[in-house]
Amino acid sequence: MYAVRHWSVRHARGLNTFYRGFESLLVALDPLFRAIGYQRLERPMALVEKTVKGFLFDCRMCGQCVLSSTGMACPMNCPKNLRNGPCGGVRANGHCEVRPEMKCVWVEAFAGSGRIPGGTAALSTVQPAIDRRLQGKSSWLRVVRERVGSAP
Amino acid sequence: MIFEDEPVPGYPLPILPGHTSPGRFERVLRAGLFAVTTELDPPDSADPEEVYQRARVFDGYVDAINATDGSGANCHMSSMAVCALLTRLGYAPVMQISCRDKNRIAIQGDILGGAAMGVCNVLCLTGDGVQAGDHPQALPVFDLDCMSLLETARTLRDEARFLSGRKITSAPRVLLGAAENPFTHPLAWRAQRLAKKIAAGAQFIQTQWCYDVPLLRAFLRHVEELGLLDKVFILVGVGPLRSAKSAEWIRTHVPGVHIPDAVVKRMAGAADPAAEGRRLCIDLIQEIRTLKGVHGVHVMAFRQEHTVAEIIDRSGVLDGRKPWFPGRDPQTSTNRMAS
Repeated sequence: MYAVRHWSVRHARGLNTFYRGFESLLVALDPLFRAIGYQRLERPMALVEKTVKGFLFDCRMCGQCVLSSTGMACPMNCPKNLRNGPCGGVRANGHCEVRPEMKCVWVEAFAGSGRIPGGTAALSTVQPAIDRRLQGKSSWLRVVRERVGSAP
Repeated sequence: MIFEDEPVPGYPLPILPGHTSPGRFERVLRAGLFAVTTELDPPDSADPEEVYQRARVFDGYVDAINATDGSGANCHMSSMAVCALLTRLGYAPVMQISCRDKNRIAIQGDILGGAAMGVCNVLCLTGDGVQAGDHPQALPVFDLDCMSLLETARTLRDEARFLSGRKITSAPRVLLGAAENPFTHPLAWRAQRLAKKIAAGAQFIQTQWCYDVPLLRAFLRHVEELGLLDKVFILVGVGPLRSAKSAEWIRTHVPGVHIPDAVVKRMAGAADPAAEGRRLCIDLIQEIRTLKGVHGVHVMAFRQEHTVAEIIDRSGVLDGRKPWFPGRDPQTSTNRMAS
């Protein structure tokens, strides 16, 4: 939801702190996830993630979440799917050129990342080309597997 | 200035030490000369002669010609084809690639194909949204964004491999460019965004139309603070306005173009608005030229391409230099062709 999305950007700092803790919790749960099986967890976890992040961020389930590096503004809401900053068509009022009623995702991201310690520095990381195969998959499970190391 | 070896159509120049491309445009930039580039409005036609007619009006005044890739999301002859035609005659095109219409498979193929045709410069763009053009019902692709496109092109060139990792036998020797708009939101982040583009592989940038020099100065100051002035060649976008009315239309209808009130007022007060627009453009070029970190101008004179030569001539930025064009020095070409 558009209004909630703005709330999330305004509370980027708190959400980021919460997510750090949540991520550690998920990583700690790795043995449990292994016991159940990551494959089996994929669908229910993706559903939870879609519900929570969909509500908070209008998440599009790209499967490779970068919210922590974008001030809690989901870049997939940009009509051009820009994951590396705004295009040159931002309107004088800071709105999107493609969808004039919407505030530019990256104007939001810039504001939101200013609220996160080290946030604007995170914006400088060049995000690689997106892997379209991960669309709809759980980003959380992927993060755990990456953090823990080799996992199926 | 005449380089020792000027191009012979169809024959690549040697790559000079420290250069990434065999192109003339890179030579001009690295020689520290003030470069002039412009934009060719691609024809809605399959006739090559129309491309050549549109290129010829710039003869002797520009170092490179941008071939736009469906700019404004409108359908025209493809950037790749315009480039292929231009290189046949020895022109130095800047092949624009937009992420709107092609995925990474098509784009990588185009970079190889373009380089094979003699393209030495590639401008990596995100592209306008489809809603802006004459086919709003089309699928917007945006598989890559300008940043990952730059990285992709650099990977092809410097690592001689596709994004997939598969090796290519001969890497495309191209100078990589990007666009930047120092005149729109978030202004405070625009220089950092440039830093990101440089990190992704941009070697030169061409900016959006500049009608507000103080904003440009602020941007350049910021770029300097980030220590980037010697890491990128900056070409500032300029262009003649036609009238106060068109200036007003552009600034309200073209997102990302910023025209201050003072400019519109100046245009409104002129007896001959078109001449005033050219005068304004010349004034801007002369002021921009003095700014530290500026390496040239990119003249975008949409539907007024015939005015580019006059504007550049009167601005004096070429300092008597005559950029190469087909037939400028036939003697050299013939000699080298024979050898």
